[in-house]
Amino acid sequence: MYEFKYHRPGTVRQAANLLVKNEDAKVIAGGHTLIPVMKQRLASPPLLVDLSHIEGLNTIEMKGRSLVIGATARHAEVATSAIVGEAIPALASLAGGIGDPAVRHKGTIGGSLANNDPTADYPAAVLALGATIVTNKRRLKAEEYFQGLFTTALEADEIITKVMFPLPKKAAYVKFRNQASRYALVGVFVARRPSDVRVAVTGAGSEGVFRVTAFEEALKKRFSAKALDGIEVPAEGLNSDIHGSAEYRAHLIGVLTRRAVDAANAKE
Amino acid sequence: MAKISLIVNGNPVTANVDPRTLLVQFLRENLRLTGTHVGCDTSQCGACVVHLDGKAVKSCTTLAVMADGHEVKTIEGLAADGAPLHPMQEAFREHHGLQCGFCTPGMIMTAIDIVHRKGHEVDDHTIREELEGNLCRCTGYQNIVTSISAGAKAMAKSDLA
Repeated sequence: MYEFKYHRPGTVRQAANLLVKNEDAKVIAGGHTLIPVMKQRLASPPLLVDLSHIEGLNTIEMKGRSLVIGATARHAEVATSAIVGEAIPALASLAGGIGDPAVRHKGTIGGSLANNDPTADYPAAVLALGATIVTNKRRLKAEEYFQGLFTTALEADEIITKVMFPLPKKAAYVKFRNQASRYALVGVFVARRPSDVRVAVTGAGSEGVFRVTAFEEALKKRFSAKALDGIEVPAEGLNSDIHGSAEYRAHLIGVLTRRAVDAANAKE
Repeated sequence: MAKISLIVNGNPVTANVDPRTLLVQFLRENLRLTGTHVGCDTSQCGACVVHLDGKAVKSCTTLAVMADGHEVKTIEGLAADGAPLHPMQEAFREHHGLQCGFCTPGMIMTAIDIVHRKGHEVDDHTIREELEGNLCRCTGYQNIVTSISAGAKAMAKSDLA
């Protein structure tokens, strides 16, 4: 790692001020993506702003018909939260499947979303559930937030403070893990919302998380795995690497979406 | 340099560290607590697992400055020198839960964390799932699972947490 300075502000406003004054500064919370990247010298921020001691930034609560999760809520906290388990069990189960127990004790929802790794789990949930990302400056809809590989709508001095999830009628997340990294080779989050159905895919797209509208339309007519008969996902634009070809990933999207629909229906 | 104050194995520690010092480096090189190992250095293998405020974390992926104001427990903190081993350590010894021993400190710290979260009657399948982040290249895990199961039960009868 290259040398850097470290600050641990007590409020979001102080953190934002540090970011304004230090153009290349990076925010850290759990550090489970940033520290490995810094070790590899792929990132060398001159200043780290640690959000982990800002009070109230990890709160998990219901507000009206939305589940609100604070940015520094750790994966283990989301996975075991009775509030999340009651409101959106698919989200609790997704968080409980990230990395391993020690990673889940440190990694945060805000960190995962700010990083927008194309194989991370949370982006699929946020896009499928139609969540809103709340920052110190504004509210961003999931559709406008994700902008490609490791790219988001966040500005340099913008900090995620919480994520608001409207409650779906049914939802499920199924992931096919890379056995070594535990990241999603392909992960599919299916949400049956009051007005529509959304299918969001992580791990497969060369531009990060994306929706499969052909599946969504078929599932809106009939929320059953059978509704997907005969609909193929094109391999074009999907990742191809030593872990799986684009065609293999396209096939997995179909398989996992069917499993997710069955799982969502089984939860009644 | 940054000044940090933390509790390590029950003892207050204050030091000046370069902010890029990893917690595992701090434990091994500054405090000479070399029981915590560096295996992969990429948060995969779990040889570096310690407890931070009572929860298992990978100390190779935690900065020492992030532990400022917190409490750390390492394998050395489980039982006093010369005193009987912690029941989980004893279970690993009794059930041959190690061969080369490199992964063992991390395995034991993870094992105790499993017991804290899953209880003393944790089943073998759960133990295997929970060992996701700890790699052993010798044993094939069979005896590690046996050790953790036995250690979990023994911890119920022990004063050592």
